[in-house]
Amino acid sequence: MRYIPHTDDDVRQMLATIGVDSVTDLFVEVPEAVRLDRPLELPEPMSESQVLAEMKRLAAQNATTETHTIFLGGGAYNHFIPTVIDQLISRSEFYTAYTPYQPEISQGTLQAIYEYQTLICQLTGMDVSNASMYDGASACAEAVLMAARATRRKKMLLAASLHPEYRETVATYCRHLDIELLDLPYLPSGRIDQAALATLLDTETAAVVAGYPNFFGVIEELAPLAAAAHQVGALLVTAVAEPVALGQIKSPGELGADIVVGEGQSFGMPVSYGGPGVGFFAARQKTVRSMPGRLVGATRDKDGRTGYVLTLATREQHIRREKATSNICSNQGLCVLMATIYLSLLGRRGLREVAAQNLAKAEYAKQAIGALPGFSIPFSGPTFNEFVVEVPGDIDVLLLKLEQQQILAGLPLKRYDATMEQRLLICVTEQNSREQIDILVEALKGAAA
Amino acid sequence: MSQTETVTRLNNCPPPTEAERATINRIGTGGLALREKLIFEHSVAGRQGYSLPALDVPAVELPEALNREDIVGFPEVSEVDVVRHFTRLSTWNYGLDSGFYPLGSCTMKYNPKVNEAAARLPGMSGCHPHTPEHLSQGALGLMFELQQALAEISGFDAVTLQPAAGAHGELAGVQMIRAWHQAQGRSRKKILIPDTAHGTNPATAALCGYQVVPIASGESGILSAATVAEYMDDDVAALMVTNPNTLGLFESNIRTICDIVHQGGGLVYCDGANLNALMGIARPGDLGMDVMHFNLHKTFSTPHGGGGPGAGPVGVTEKLIPFLPKPLVVSDAGQYRLNFDRPQSIGRMRSFYGNFGIMLRAWAYILTMGGAGLKHASEMAVLNANYIRARLEDTYHLPYPNRSLHEVVFSDKQLAGDCHTLDLAKRLIDYGYHPPTIYFPLVVHGAIMIEPTETESKEVLDEFCDAMLAIAREADSHPELLLQAPGLTAVGRLDETAAARKPQLCYKPAE
Repeated sequence: MRYIPHTDDDVRQMLATIGVDSVTDLFVEVPEAVRLDRPLELPEPMSESQVLAEMKRLAAQNATTETHTIFLGGGAYNHFIPTVIDQLISRSEFYTAYTPYQPEISQGTLQAIYEYQTLICQLTGMDVSNASMYDGASACAEAVLMAARATRRKKMLLAASLHPEYRETVATYCRHLDIELLDLPYLPSGRIDQAALATLLDTETAAVVAGYPNFFGVIEELAPLAAAAHQVGALLVTAVAEPVALGQIKSPGELGADIVVGEGQSFGMPVSYGGPGVGFFAARQKTVRSMPGRLVGATRDKDGRTGYVLTLATREQHIRREKATSNICSNQGLCVLMATIYLSLLGRRGLREVAAQNLAKAEYAKQAIGALPGFSIPFSGPTFNEFVVEVPGDIDVLLLKLEQQQILAGLPLKRYDATMEQRLLICVTEQNSREQIDILVEALKGAAA
Repeated sequence: MSQTETVTRLNNCPPPTEAERATINRIGTGGLALREKLIFEHSVAGRQGYSLPALDVPAVELPEALNREDIVGFPEVSEVDVVRHFTRLSTWNYGLDSGFYPLGSCTMKYNPKVNEAAARLPGMSGCHPHTPEHLSQGALGLMFELQQALAEISGFDAVTLQPAAGAHGELAGVQMIRAWHQAQGRSRKKILIPDTAHGTNPATAALCGYQVVPIASGESGILSAATVAEYMDDDVAALMVTNPNTLGLFESNIRTICDIVHQGGGLVYCDGANLNALMGIARPGDLGMDVMHFNLHKTFSTPHGGGGPGAGPVGVTEKLIPFLPKPLVVSDAGQYRLNFDRPQSIGRMRSFYGNFGIMLRAWAYILTMGGAGLKHASEMAVLNANYIRARLEDTYHLPYPNRSLHEVVFSDKQLAGDCHTLDLAKRLIDYGYHPPTIYFPLVVHGAIMIEPTETESKEVLDEFCDAMLAIAREADSHPELLLQAPGLTAVGRLDETAAARKPQLCYKPAE
């Protein structure tokens, strides 16, 4: 048993020190009647090589960018991950550490989080960021709860164009809290219907929640949404599933958003079948004490040296328990580190350039596919790196034909909305070459013919 | 201060006496502390740390109203700057691979390296969550097998893997409890929570709109059936109990307590954070619990990563299956698929299916250990905790007499020289250890909660106990050694009050 060091002799000596005869005697408080009287039915223990062989066997059953050309987005994005990231996060001082409860021996984690908070503020145009949430969808749910606390109102307007998994998560979190969730419809442009917003907004409204870009890849116009919300004392919450977009599009903070949440997986994390990623969460200075989650702050030690600590913990579960702003305990620490390294490497110009490539390549694909006979682009609004396509014929048949050419062409939207039976969400990133896009276009044309 | 300037450790700390030096564990207590500034302070306009392939399609301009000109404040650094910066930061961290990490209730066991290799297989890390099911059979199959294994280990009828952390699992579990009551046309308002439960439990109950009713565990440190009976009424939706509890004690009356709660029409939630004491020995499902979350990062050896990512699967008994979050991984004639058609489900807890990268590390661990290995792990974890208890109980005050399971809680009652738990913890750092959990559980004044786990050898435990005993002597003879500790770290004790009073949460360059 290679993870357990004890020899029989060690066990004997330790039992003697404790003053009991056997290991079983240590379980005296577990009544006989409730003990498991049989071995656990699990596979036999495997050697290291057997475990790796089994994992490789399973891995071989998954399609990835190594086996297929992939145009899948919809909340998880295939971006290039610089080699440096895995090398650095594999330093065991980072990945085998716990939550930094003892700041003197956790300055590595704490300073990295402080840098992450700063990068998120700079990227989103906000004043304060927390030290991360589980993912974009649950961060969005926490933003809705925070908006209810901050405004003492119960009515939320959720854009119908917000990622459906974010919408569902918000609904789960709000289920028992007497919070009313109303749909905010969108126009043929794919953008929020501002006339509908005007009629739905009132002084009972806590927040307007919009995707940016939204689920269809369309870039919403935030400034008028913010103005309308603020007029009645409501907040604007924006949820960014693809934050690489913020390298090219104006920051939500600059356009008037009050809370900005999103998913950070694009910043150096593999798609990993949907997790882990990291939820980012940023807000205005004045609301910092009603923010959920952990925060790291700068301070000094007795000799005046700068150091970092977890702070404002009075809002947290381990102090006020039932009065806590949220029940968050673990965050996504290592993922925060990955995002911090990614954003540091890319820096001031790099993220803009990655975003510019995503924008240009997706636009190239959108124009070419939209021009194919029988295909159309249903939403007229500007998009970032994904867009919706209306396809001719049976979409399942079409997708299977492309799969036979080792292409995963996109996400069929009927899973989320029965009225979108013919619609496909296609994502193009800097990882897709022009050649790959051209092959996709040809394949779609051939499959539809 | 120049980036390359180094300072020897041991500055500002009174040197230990020769006798004390002899007892100090030298691992991780010497060497150089490298100074390091913020990444923003390394920035030089024009530097870059990335490369991109040339754009092979026409560039596109966004309309002016949408276009961002700049990302003000973002650093401009080279790849070398980044590598050196984070490498230096890593030297300021204490990880489990640096040394002993006896953090009670956090179960810091060794994180096997093979798990990391498995998680990095391109067929695993590169699998997109929207890949069609028939092309993700490896991922779905692994998740299905893991669900089954966790159900077997815990004695529950079904398991969801979706929650992203233990507290997230609690939220899913309490939501299911609420949904079950509602499905029966009941709207109960209270949840009973003993003072020996994890701190997230009351916060979770409150987040689901419940009123939290605290219950005292009393002198024995475990819940009595009579106390639960006293609090049980028609308005109680559930009891949330941690077992073994945060004192490291098994709730011996749990079967009777579950009966009482069930007879009163309530359910029992088990916080599974301490499952490391029970694998193969007793199953929460068999004890009468209705819902339990697992902490894969605790019990199943996946790394904590400085605060995550974790994973918090939830097991439930038959009657709660309809309410599990969606989607659920199911098997149809050898084909695995995601079942979204779950009309009574509480819904989603997050996007996609959970922290898959963590699940596969846990699965690698379960495959390595097998059923007998998991039981052996629990037994050795309990042996280690009791060994530490035996070696320290004459010196440190032990508030509860019952036999400990995988963790043991002392208090600072017998510590001399005006020294308190915090001072002991900081002095342990000078001896080369990560301190135990302190001031928790709240029921013990000045609590010191030690959880060694099964992966530490007798030699490590002996050296740690020697350090604990030496510090107790220092408290008596040289209390200033405790009160001024730590002295060997990159920074000394930090002013947390100032940090909270005037929060500085974001770097702003000097004007």
